[in-house]
Amino acid sequence: MTTRVARVLIAKPGLDGHDRGAKVIARALRDAGMEVIYTGLRQTPEMIAEAALQEDVDVVGLSILSGAHMTLVPRVREALNAVELNDVPIILGGIIPEEDYEPLKALGVAGIFGPGTSTEHIRDFINNLVSSNAR
Amino acid sequence: MPADLVPQVLAGNRRALARLLSHVERGEAEAALKALYPHTGRAWVIGVTGSPGSGKSSLVNALTQHYRANGETVAIVAVDPTSPFSGGAILGDRIRMRDLSGDAGVFIRSMATRGSLGGLARTTRDMVRVIDAAGFDRILIETVGAGQSEVEVARVAYTTLVVEAPGMGDDIQAIKAGILEIADVLVVNKADRIGANQTARALKTMLELGHPAARVYHHGQYMTVEAAPAPVAEWIPEVVMTVATERKGIAELAAAIEAHRQHRLRDAGPFDPQALRAELFERAREALFQQWLQTLSPDTIETLIQRMHQRELDPQTAVQQLLAPPSAQEHGHARP
Repeated sequence: MTTRVARVLIAKPGLDGHDRGAKVIARALRDAGMEVIYTGLRQTPEMIAEAALQEDVDVVGLSILSGAHMTLVPRVREALNAVELNDVPIILGGIIPEEDYEPLKALGVAGIFGPGTSTEHIRDFINNLVSSNAR
Repeated sequence: MPADLVPQVLAGNRRALARLLSHVERGEAEAALKALYPHTGRAWVIGVTGSPGSGKSSLVNALTQHYRANGETVAIVAVDPTSPFSGGAILGDRIRMRDLSGDAGVFIRSMATRGSLGGLARTTRDMVRVIDAAGFDRILIETVGAGQSEVEVARVAYTTLVVEAPGMGDDIQAIKAGILEIADVLVVNKADRIGANQTARALKTMLELGHPAARVYHHGQYMTVEAAPAPVAEWIPEVVMTVATERKGIAELAAAIEAHRQHRLRDAGPFDPQALRAELFERAREALFQQWLQTLSPDTIETLIQRMHQRELDPQTAVQQLLAPPSAQEHGHARP
């Protein structure tokens, strides 16, 4: 029997075109032995939810640098719930002001990683999340 | 239990399908696969292979739109390589398939090779069967960026497309054994680029060398061969030129695929007995190996490896000793 490989969707919702952070994370998670489904720029919440469903991912990682996280994150969460992926956690990276952390966590964001977070920390966080959420 | 998902998969539930595919990928869906096998054989399975950057994903995107316009449902299995170092992977084929997003008649699944070298993952064939049973009309398999010898897809797909971009090399590259041999349709993608005609010509010449033709392409024109050979029932691959990103040549490509489908339906049909024989042997080989592995003590194996490492024992003799009955094996431990 094969060991469980974590599958992570990395997506950029909204209109900002800065995908370097998302690519750095994708690469780091690859090097941590995870399978990263990279969907690229300008994804709508519905596109993200549909990809998460088809790919049966364990975690959805969003990268937002536009400042629109308070609008986009709830929409992605709703879209995921609409396709019955209530149990798939969202993690968030990008430029997120600290005063938004608590409201975002209240919306069900499992983890928020700002600039300067070590990739090891993100890797360990996802591994914990996946093993505690094993389906 | 994966088997519990079977009725939902047959009813077309996308989430159940996605879940079951994960179980299949982890090798824990034997019962479900058994239950679904009688429901397979309806979809037409098209393999798309070719070197990295030749435009496989864009072609799959364009071809899917073509089939969708005809009202056919399409599933895509896109394979990307697993890192040999970390075991991780970046599955990025969806990036070029964003046109298909939001269409309930399309299902895209990315998968990593997880150590397989033939251009597909070990479980790709089983995943394709599950998707087939779920009722899609067309299944497109996109292989990893392939070099010369990743030919596994031809055993899983019913029609295999080999995609080349202009500038593939000289015409000796075209007659080398390997990937070009598995093509049912040869696609010269990025046909708006310099060298596309040359590439198409090299491929056509390659085909004529293998298939006696009534007329040959020589010095830039078709010339009639004196004694035209009798027409053969064998499929002669077509060469199609496309610009996938501009949807050029896609209808012609679909027509070539359809011609091959008609040919294959008259011939072996989707389930080719030769491919089934290969599958049976492959599965039996794997099962026998696993069964046999259980009978060995790890100590025996370690001892043999140690002796090979010391150059006391050659690998050939080591295998003979492993395969010998247990009593003879104990004897094998003693130094000669």
